[in-house]
Amino acid sequence: MFARYSSSIARSVQLRRFQSTLVLAEHSNDVLNPVTASAVTAAKRLGGDVTVLVAGTKVGPVAEAAAKLDGVAKVLVAEGDVFKGLLAESVTPLVLATQNQFKFTHIVAGASAFGKAVLPRIAAKLDVSPVSDIIDIKSADTFVRTIYAGNAIQTIKSKDPVKVITVRGTNFEPAASSGSGTVEKAPEGDFKSVSTEFVSQELTKSDRPSLTAAKIIVSGGRGMKSGDNFEMLYDLADKWGAAVGASRAAVDAGFVPNDLQIGQTGKIVAPELYVAVGISGAIQHLAGMKDSKTIVAINKDPEAPIFQVADYGLVADLFKVVPEMNEKC
Amino acid sequence: MSRVLVGVKRVIDYAVKIRVKPDKSGVVTEGVKHSMNPFDEIAVEEAVKMKEKKLASEVVAVSVGPAQAQEVLRTALAMGADRGIHIEVTGKDYDLLQPIHVSKILAKLAQDEKADLVILGKQAIDDDCNQTAQMTAALLDWPQATYASKVEKTADGLTVVREIDGGLETIKTTVPAVISADLRLNTPRYATLPNIMKAKKKPIKKVAPKDLGVDTTPRIEIVSVEDPPVRQAGSILPDVDTLLGKLRDGGHIK
Repeated sequence: MFARYSSSIARSVQLRRFQSTLVLAEHSNDVLNPVTASAVTAAKRLGGDVTVLVAGTKVGPVAEAAAKLDGVAKVLVAEGDVFKGLLAESVTPLVLATQNQFKFTHIVAGASAFGKAVLPRIAAKLDVSPVSDIIDIKSADTFVRTIYAGNAIQTIKSKDPVKVITVRGTNFEPAASSGSGTVEKAPEGDFKSVSTEFVSQELTKSDRPSLTAAKIIVSGGRGMKSGDNFEMLYDLADKWGAAVGASRAAVDAGFVPNDLQIGQTGKIVAPELYVAVGISGAIQHLAGMKDSKTIVAINKDPEAPIFQVADYGLVADLFKVVPEMNEKC
Repeated sequence: MSRVLVGVKRVIDYAVKIRVKPDKSGVVTEGVKHSMNPFDEIAVEEAVKMKEKKLASEVVAVSVGPAQAQEVLRTALAMGADRGIHIEVTGKDYDLLQPIHVSKILAKLAQDEKADLVILGKQAIDDDCNQTAQMTAALLDWPQATYASKVEKTADGLTVVREIDGGLETIKTTVPAVISADLRLNTPRYATLPNIMKAKKKPIKKVAPKDLGVDTTPRIEIVSVEDPPVRQAGSILPDVDTLLGKLRDGGHIK
């Protein structure tokens, strides 16, 4: 028994010694996305050296920010117009060229729309099975993730030589900016995508914090009845410095844009405080918010499933209660 | 005129509250309602619409899985797909089947069938992987248009609006291409009874992965499948003042 225990320690030490991880940075407009800092934390937990790859049209400030992330030994920079829009078709050959030179054991990115689009493409080229949206790391080859809309926790052991992983940002504390990595040039090559061209982005403009970074989220559902009624949630959110989210029903009804959707197929959030207003709490919505520290539900239906996960519930008409909250805050 | 390959997966119905097996090996699937993965219904709808607009000549539905996968193929046929291909994988092999295996199967079929477009759902609601479309595109060296909420045919390819974190993004791709469907792409139609009857006569070809030269050796080992932690029961509060008091006491708001 004791012998087996010590041999497993010896093995994990040996594994650790040979780990090296590439983190694919996500950024826009010269700002590093916080999910990258979470991915670096996950990378550190895998053991070994952490290298960050920053690709884009102009990445100086982002590369510097990445080099400061605690635990980052090296930042590789690939700059050029070919990376406009960070298309999977141009990022993938860059990562493959980098992998070819440095032979990383792990390739990691945040499980954002960017990471989810690019990493499986890289994995297929390496002929390995990627691991999506991990919430924990047991060892260099064993990962924890959720399945069935967060209703089951699956632990899997990967048998592939290179582990290609996306990381759920809310489960890994972002790395602090106290490090001092070196910045170098990434391998060069012709990474221009001949098949895909970036045309434009239409980003939802808001002064409120982003959903995945907000400490407080006020979220509305079908019960809001119209887009105009969301104004009172925006007012409340502004008083609290909160972000505004929505259920799929509210998005489908056209009350708010798609990128506010929280749930299995939208964003996954875990703020300090989540206030669900007029949201029944379908399985698919709970998947995106049930790891929030404190959940408040405001719903006139006492049978609504949201009350089963709520720390505090108000069984009341939101059109009376939310204005009252706005008044008293 | 082009041929569209559309992938459909049979999954536990989205409204079912799943149960984890006591031996922690997986979730209970026997005797549980299954249906077509919701994102795949959207993929089928988009393919059928393309045919109705005469942008596609034929829609071929593909499903990988046990014998019951034929049920979702019939549903796709009833929605308007022309024929089906069932890649039979059963038992333990199916439990350990991963998107990498499915994408290899789809890539091979796309070539064999001379498809110009592969449309898949953005993710299956059981494994929540969100990988197969991207991997299929990679294996074929085709462009990928993931999380599509709008697809338009242009003279030399496609213009696709994608749902990204901060809003929407528009890209242009050449064809052939792989598209993954997001929820907002369309509203899938219901199959009418006459179409369900007609679908029974449409052909479904059965193929084994090895016929396609695809190795389905497991790439992972499932260590365990467990219930998520249960949240402590909360309390129903009488009024706004009590709620705001609790939130202030908890340090959430000022």
